[in-house]
Amino acid sequence: MNPSCLLEAQAISKRFGGVRALHEVSLTIRQCEIYGLIGPNGAGKTTFFNVLTGLCTASSGNFNFAGAPLDISAPHLVAQAGIARTFQNIRLFANMTALENVMVGRHLRTHAGVIGAVLGCAATRAEENAIQQRAVELLHYVGIADRANHLARNLPYGDQRRLEIARALATDPKLLALDEPAAGMNATETAALRVLIEGLRNDGLTVMLIEHDVKLVMGLCDRVAVLDYGEKIAEDVPENVQRNSKVIEAYLGA
Amino acid sequence: MDTFLQQIINGLTLGSLYAIVALGYTMVYGIIQLINFAHGEVVMFGAMITLSVISAAAGSGLPPAAMILMGVAVAIPACMALGYLLERAAYRPLRKAPRLAPLITAIGMSIVLQQIALMIWSRNILSFPQILPVTLYEVAGASVSSLQIIIIGLCLVMMTGLAWIVYGSRLGTAMRATAENPEIARLMGVDVDRVIAMTFIIGAGLAAVAGLMVGIYYGLAHYTMGATLGLKAFSAAVLGGIGNIPGAMVGGILLGLVEALGAGYIGELTDLCGYSTLNFLFQSRCADGGNLVLFGSNYQDVFAFVVLILVLVFRPSGLLGERVADRA
Repeated sequence: MNPSCLLEAQAISKRFGGVRALHEVSLTIRQCEIYGLIGPNGAGKTTFFNVLTGLCTASSGNFNFAGAPLDISAPHLVAQAGIARTFQNIRLFANMTALENVMVGRHLRTHAGVIGAVLGCAATRAEENAIQQRAVELLHYVGIADRANHLARNLPYGDQRRLEIARALATDPKLLALDEPAAGMNATETAALRVLIEGLRNDGLTVMLIEHDVKLVMGLCDRVAVLDYGEKIAEDVPENVQRNSKVIEAYLGA
Repeated sequence: MDTFLQQIINGLTLGSLYAIVALGYTMVYGIIQLINFAHGEVVMFGAMITLSVISAAAGSGLPPAAMILMGVAVAIPACMALGYLLERAAYRPLRKAPRLAPLITAIGMSIVLQQIALMIWSRNILSFPQILPVTLYEVAGASVSSLQIIIIGLCLVMMTGLAWIVYGSRLGTAMRATAENPEIARLMGVDVDRVIAMTFIIGAGLAAVAGLMVGIYYGLAHYTMGATLGLKAFSAAVLGGIGNIPGAMVGGILLGLVEALGAGYIGELTDLCGYSTLNFLFQSRCADGGNLVLFGSNYQDVFAFVVLILVLVFRPSGLLGERVADRA
């Protein structure tokens, strides 16, 4: 395995009854790259994310992550290993504040017990303060610190997307998987999102994204894989993918 | 004596007890959408265990407060263990079953616990040793007992404590996250099973203290005491909006007030001799200040259920609104 490789998917297949959602998809994502996963609707992009993050089990195939086999049997194990994701349809804790949403994300990396909390023990208090402080930092990072105490459901759409990214970042991931982060965003919001994602990469994070906005993908990603009917039909730098005849066929129809 | 003020005081006492028990129902419902019908029995166990401890210590000459503390020190961990056991043995295996299955199991557990209590503490009505000297204070024509003050105060302290846990601690954040979306909470590293177990344990701890207070307040304990109390607390939780924690607090206190005021005035209001237009019908009964009361204060228990029915008909989501899960 290439040392700069962070995630390696080996022949991942997923069937839903007779439907072949993913068929032997193999791909590698390198450290610190922005990797795009594109394809027509129903090509299996979100299924790939769901399998990778343990939300549904693969029919066959396996993953290596950061030099070790990745246990995808439960979502929190994947999160523990260092993969965080966002969702196509935003799934925030709607009735909690923005700050609290991010604080939940810190659960993975903190361990204070209940008894300590009830007794107000010093170590617990220190940890709870640290959780809160880190959450505030992350809200700053994604640029919505001024909304910390707003309920998630009252945030504007673009800010909800940012909040979901902040919550994912709270789990200290090595790989951030974004499922259509620009969906429903206007041009200004998309431009700001692009700056945010580039910033994440510059800060050492590896980003994998599913996106329909071709302009965003081609401008942002270092490499792009194309799925069609559950199969990978191309994987290359954006310029080459755009010229690939299979890709053009998949998007425009034969 | 001022009936109104007196019944307000009685209602607040009763209501804060209902609120504490209702919290147990509403917390569990909020997190796994289960109505834990065995919760009333946990309250009963709390009362029974403290009664046993206090009775055993009664001859020792310890100060009453020490005996009560001993009772609490045994009852709280015992009830917490019981709450944990219920969740672990009865409900967790049914976590993915259709919702009716755990509901019926809850009713079954309530029967099982009653029968266990029957075997341990007999079918008799047990009287709580009256170890606390009760002082009565006169306030504007109504009397308040020191016991009532202690109960209301203790309930307020517990409610504040719970509110702090739920809205201010790491566990509470995890509880609310799990209530909203267990799948995403798990993805964020929340140990969902542990959070659910903690919810049962906290509810059972509150129930233990409530059991002690109910026992001392009424001076009685019986193996079926949890059933009516549980149903009323459940009504209180529904009144406030089941799954909603502030709702259970408000619902409990309102229900206590409704019950107390209802019991205080129903005799007067249904005294047919009090209505001069009807007097001619019952001249013989009403002569010389006689009365013809249709419903007496023994109808007290009816009010909780009338309230429950009215809420379910006119505002099923409760006063403060049911916790609505926004599942994607």
